[in-house]
Amino acid sequence: MISDRINENSPWQDITQGNKLFEAATSREFITGEWRTQMPIHNAEKCRDCYLCVPVCPDMSIIVNKDEKIEFDMDHCKGCGICAKVCPFEAIKMEVQG
Amino acid sequence: MNTVEIRWHGRGGQGAKTAALLLADVAFKSGKYVQGFPEYGPERMGAPITAYNRISDEPITVHSNIYEPDYVVVVDEGLLDSIDVTSGLNPSGAIVVNSAKGADEIAMKLKGYTGKVYTVDARKISVAALGKYFPNSPMLAAIVAVSKVMDKDQFLGEMEASYRHKFSKKPEVIEGNMNALRMTFEEVCV
Amino acid sequence: MRERLSGNEAVAYAIKQINPDVMPAFPITPSTEIPQYVSTYIANGEMDTEFIHVESEHSSMSAAIGASAAGARALTATSSCGLALMWEELYVAASDRLPIVLALVNRALSGPININADHSDSMGARDSGWIQIYAESNQEAYDNFVQAYKIAENPGVMLPVMICQDGFITSHGVENIELIEDELVKGFVGEYDPVHYLLNAKEPMAVGPYAVSNYYMESKRGQREAMLNAKHVILDTAAEFEKISGRKYGFFEEYRLNDADYAIVIIGSAAGTAKAAIEQIRKTTHEKVGLLKIRVFRPFPEEEIAEALSNVKAVAILDRSEMFSGTGGPLGAEVTAALYRAKSEAEVVNYIYGLGGRDITIQDFTEIYDELKRIADTHEIRDNYRYIGLRERGRDNG
Repeated sequence: MISDRINENSPWQDITQGNKLFEAATSREFITGEWRTQMPIHNAEKCRDCYLCVPVCPDMSIIVNKDEKIEFDMDHCKGCGICAKVCPFEAIKMEVQG
Repeated sequence: MNTVEIRWHGRGGQGAKTAALLLADVAFKSGKYVQGFPEYGPERMGAPITAYNRISDEPITVHSNIYEPDYVVVVDEGLLDSIDVTSGLNPSGAIVVNSAKGADEIAMKLKGYTGKVYTVDARKISVAALGKYFPNSPMLAAIVAVSKVMDKDQFLGEMEASYRHKFSKKPEVIEGNMNALRMTFEEVCV
Repeated sequence: MRERLSGNEAVAYAIKQINPDVMPAFPITPSTEIPQYVSTYIANGEMDTEFIHVESEHSSMSAAIGASAAGARALTATSSCGLALMWEELYVAASDRLPIVLALVNRALSGPININADHSDSMGARDSGWIQIYAESNQEAYDNFVQAYKIAENPGVMLPVMICQDGFITSHGVENIELIEDELVKGFVGEYDPVHYLLNAKEPMAVGPYAVSNYYMESKRGQREAMLNAKHVILDTAAEFEKISGRKYGFFEEYRLNDADYAIVIIGSAAGTAKAAIEQIRKTTHEKVGLLKIRVFRPFPEEEIAEALSNVKAVAILDRSEMFSGTGGPLGAEVTAALYRAKSEAEVVNYIYGLGGRDITIQDFTEIYDELKRIADTHEIRDNYRYIGLRERGRDNG
């Protein structure tokens, strides 16, 4: 994990030259799911597996698993509700997080 | 030799800057330390321009314009009416003016200047030698003849080599240019 | 190789010898000839740099940043308003730690619009994080350019370098110059072998990430460290350069400063005129006058300057750009601070000269040295911030 090496406690000497990051897809380490105030609830019965929600998710947090069903990556889902809005079958509902 | 300072007055497009750079070039080839630089303003075709040369046996560090030249070259006679061409000119030096008039007549226009005045009819020479009016070569030869910054034969030799390089695809103009230089040396008797 | 070249030709020749990978450029007077000459060399097959015709200087610096991040040895050239249009990218290049070299031909910034030499362009960029090296002559512009990549690409530095020369005065003036043989230059500069670069498929990387408050300050401190490292790298590079050229360089040149009572501190081509004034004064009045010509302005060699000036009675610091603090020019402020920290007792006066190409002459320098002597004798400065070569009421304006 890059955050083990560079984080908000790192002294300046440990920051890379030019703040360059020598790893791909490091945004996975940034748990934006913490920002969520609403969460998507998936109704598997209503879902027709059309996957329209997948490309519209701004955080790439809707994943199609090996059974070809959608799953939410709750570490990164920010609860924006775009998936619920776009679903033609009302299979995703947003609920205020308790 | 102490540093010789030369100031050129011409008009944009006439080649005074090119002539100054050519003089720097040929003096360089004769082993001198040189400077050749134009003074840049918002000039355009026909506007008065100034260019400078310093030629020395020692390295030159000065980077200012020349205010007290040893020699002045005027490529366009018409400038005598509008520009104080002899400003700061060393009276033991000389001024060379491109004109069909005699030196005495030109000297009368240079109020207050007591040094030597030379004229060279660059148009006559250029037209006779090249069939066209290029004042550069005659004025260059004239200032070399007057200032003696380098030996005449060495100058002619270097100029021929330079023309051979520059006009490698037009060898027919080399002889004309060389003739223009030689005719100038004959006309400007120092 | 004994030659005679203009400053622009000299820099273009160094570029040809180094043959960098990518040159994006947009023309602006008086630096236009540099990309022109380079384009000609490329067209003639004398070098194989990828030349990118861009639509602005904002784009030329952006393209240089992209090329450098990708792993290429990149450069560009500009002047004045062109540098101003690069402003944003200058800071990005420095903070991304990209070893780009910029051939700057100093010209006054508008307005009023003017094409001639002063240092307002590069002095405005002095806080951008670029190394800045200035030249007195065509020779120095060439020599500095040959040294630039070795400094920029040093692993402890990795900073962009601005190689500055005075517009028209050196850029368009033809002077004698000693060029170094191609093989020696190529051997000296070497091939660029970046440690990290975007085109390396084996090491995915991100360049220029957003740095929130939690990181920004640490990042800037890192840049400062690189500047401090640059000091010894600049000196080491100069020592190595001396071996192939016989010419000595440091942070600055001390000219007859050893025994000097009165010193001028200056940057750029006017230093040559000051040298001629010094020779004249020493021959005629025998006053001990000397010169400290700044070559490296960033990083600023503060302690070294104070040390070099430790024995003088009075110093005149000459700035070729206004900064409108109302109290002095940029060089004046920094050299004065250096002297204060070193507890110098020298009298200090700051002059502005040469704005927008205003000529400065041997006579001007003689006047300054006379004034330094008067100040040292009377300890009465009168006006510690003034202009020279300015028309003023109540003065003989020649």
